Amino acid sequence: MMAYIVRRALYAIPILIGVNIITFVLFFVLNSPDDMARLHLGTKHVTPEAISAWKHEHGYDKPLLFNARRDGIEALTDTIFFRNSARLFAFDFGLSDSGRDIGHDIAQRMWPSLAIAVPTLLVGLAINITLALMLALFRATYLDFWGVVIAVAMMSISSLFYIIGGQFLLGKLLHLVPISGYDTGAAAWKFLVLPVIVGVISGIGSGVRWYRTLFLEEIGKDYVRTARAKGLGEMRLMFAHVLRNALIPILTGVVVILPLLFMGSLLVESFFGIPGLGSYTIDAINRQDFAIVRSMVFLGSVMYILGLILTDVSYTLVDPRVRLS
Amino acid sequence: MTPVLLWTDLLLFVLLGGIALFVWHARRHDHLRRPWRYVAGSRVGMATAVILSAYVVIGVLDSLHFQPHGGKASDDVLSLFDWLVGDLREHQEKTYSAPFSAWLYAKESIEQPDGTIVRAYPRLRWGGAALRDPRRERGADIARRVGLGAGAALLLLAALYLPLAWRIARRDGVSLGAALHGLFIRRRGRVAWPAFHLTMAVLVVSAGVLIALAAGYHVFGTDKVGEDVFYQALKSIRTGLLIGTLTTLVMLPAALLLGILAGYYRGWIDDLIQYLYTTLSSIPGVLLIAAAILMLQVYMAEHAAEFDSLARRADLRLLFLCVILGITSWTTLCRLLRGETLKLRELEYVQAARAFGVRGPAILSRHILPNVMHIVLISIVLDFSGLVLAEAVLAYVNIGVDPTMNSWGNMINSARLELAREPIVWWSLAAAFVFMFVLVLAANLFADVVRDAFDPRLGRGRG
Repeated sequence: MMAYIVRRALYAIPILIGVNIITFVLFFVLNSPDDMARLHLGTKHVTPEAISAWKHEHGYDKPLLFNARRDGIEALTDTIFFRNSARLFAFDFGLSDSGRDIGHDIAQRMWPSLAIAVPTLLVGLAINITLALMLALFRATYLDFWGVVIAVAMMSISSLFYIIGGQFLLGKLLHLVPISGYDTGAAAWKFLVLPVIVGVISGIGSGVRWYRTLFLEEIGKDYVRTARAKGLGEMRLMFAHVLRNALIPILTGVVVILPLLFMGSLLVESFFGIPGLGSYTIDAINRQDFAIVRSMVFLGSVMYILGLILTDVSYTLVDPRVRLS
Repeated sequence: MTPVLLWTDLLLFVLLGGIALFVWHARRHDHLRRPWRYVAGSRVGMATAVILSAYVVIGVLDSLHFQPHGGKASDDVLSLFDWLVGDLREHQEKTYSAPFSAWLYAKESIEQPDGTIVRAYPRLRWGGAALRDPRRERGADIARRVGLGAGAALLLLAALYLPLAWRIARRDGVSLGAALHGLFIRRRGRVAWPAFHLTMAVLVVSAGVLIALAAGYHVFGTDKVGEDVFYQALKSIRTGLLIGTLTTLVMLPAALLLGILAGYYRGWIDDLIQYLYTTLSSIPGVLLIAAAILMLQVYMAEHAAEFDSLARRADLRLLFLCVILGITSWTTLCRLLRGETLKLRELEYVQAARAFGVRGPAILSRHILPNVMHIVLISIVLDFSGLVLAEAVLAYVNIGVDPTMNSWGNMINSARLELAREPIVWWSLAAAFVFMFVLVLAANLFADVVRDAFDPRLGRGRG
């Protein structure tokens, strides 16, 4: 087990190098640092001195890959690639283009993101599984038919509609919760209610439909027929056999997104003004802060790979038939 | 008048040509027609196909571009669709106005005939302009237009369907009523024609009503600069369709080639291709898109001279967005194709071909490729609705299509701040959401039917 995890972690290194090279090409080769400087300083009245000063300030005035003017190891380390991209491997994110410490910002902003993502996931999971189990229990009836129709209709509605509609209905018309904002500590709960409700509702359509398919697939299997032939009641069958076996794909599907949770949701966070990592990323995109976007790309990739490893591990934990090799 | 061919137009026509070729090819091969027969036999499949085709017709009309005053750089690029709805595009008001309203949303100082100045809601230039006293006459006028539009549409339907029903009645020796009943209600044979005809009839009637209303009012109101929202929503159809289809199309060759190469040859080729798509898919999609669009913006700012007209610039950005979205989404398809090829290469007929000395490329193109095409088709149809929805989200983050381009995302993005106004400006949002919902719902339902038809486990598309 341990050996497997170590091997997978080692396998992640070339992938992260690849991610790094892609972002490096996107940010430094296709667009020279001069272009970025001009974008930040504005197009008018830009002197060459101002550009080189900006580049020097942000460390973008070095050669891309190889510094011929330095000796020994310095020739490789005193370059843009090493100083801006390679050190991400040590989770050293450096300073943003506006001069703030990115690592510190990330550590601070991950908590609001988690405060929304975790309740949304748990409540959503509970509701989706309950509804899907109900539809599977009443399969091939009108309840099932209309349940699926409603689920497909809910899937077809833009998530923007849920957000705007939720803000309008609960926040503006009924004045139940604040429309947006955030507070520190436990006082934040009233700002969290609306985003969590919206997040759960917008996920119901696809979630219920997917889980219903999983349940139906399980119901069609031979062991279920055998259990029914032995005289097992329908309820006991559903909860003791079908639910427990269908939980395997459900759980592993959840595990894969666990690490990504703390990246936050771009949409929900910026609509509700929550200072999490999602709105951090959007702000960075809008301010064209390349250093932050680069760090978030790297962090996101690390989390994705972590999710894949966790999925494989969780398979062996919940399903004794699977052996890691 | 000079015809203009934008890049996305070209790709759209290539796509349509490809579909036409496939239909021509499939007509002569029974095994290709079978799954489609299942689709045609499904009521949901037929009804949604009609709705989707209505969207496609508008999208294609909107893709035939021309410049009305010769090829000058300053000339606007119009489409055949703009020309057809002429009035709707030109009927500009000053600013917001509610649906079916005859007055502007904001008060203005109006000079009365006797010289005094009053703060009041001015009348609209086009919306309800024909009415002398809109407060009393508007209801009757709207009812009259609805009646006229529906009547004209029903006449058109009668002109189309009565001769058809009459021929059926004479051929089968039944009454005209029975023939109509057979056309619209009772299904005979394998194809779900009643669903087709009924949806068609509903579509034609609602189009008639909308046309009659849009001639006199702003059916969905006007936006901040006074443009008709109904026109914007219709124009957005093309953007939505292009994002939904071209995205999968641009990366399709790469996904197909790499997927079956990795699955068939295995070994180091497989390792390399797997490494490539794991790397790409491990970058969060939104961030990759954001990074790429940022770079495009920098590039366009630096090379402003190369993009002579607004339309060309917006078009290039749309194409670029499709490519980037494609790059973030082709990996799933590639993985699926690799898995299927791994399975196929062990089957007897592939082994037999190898035993006979058929070379790799020939096996791939003759034995593997035709047998993975159903996966390609299903994934194109399934991805479509997700991509249409994604466009709106990307526009909100300012990394979607060009802000000057009509799209549902841009409509929502520019309208959401106006919800804080009193009385609220809801019509832009409503129009965008309704148009998007109908398209995505139809696409979702159609995709389900197509998946059922092609899914070998269900064994349906065999009858």
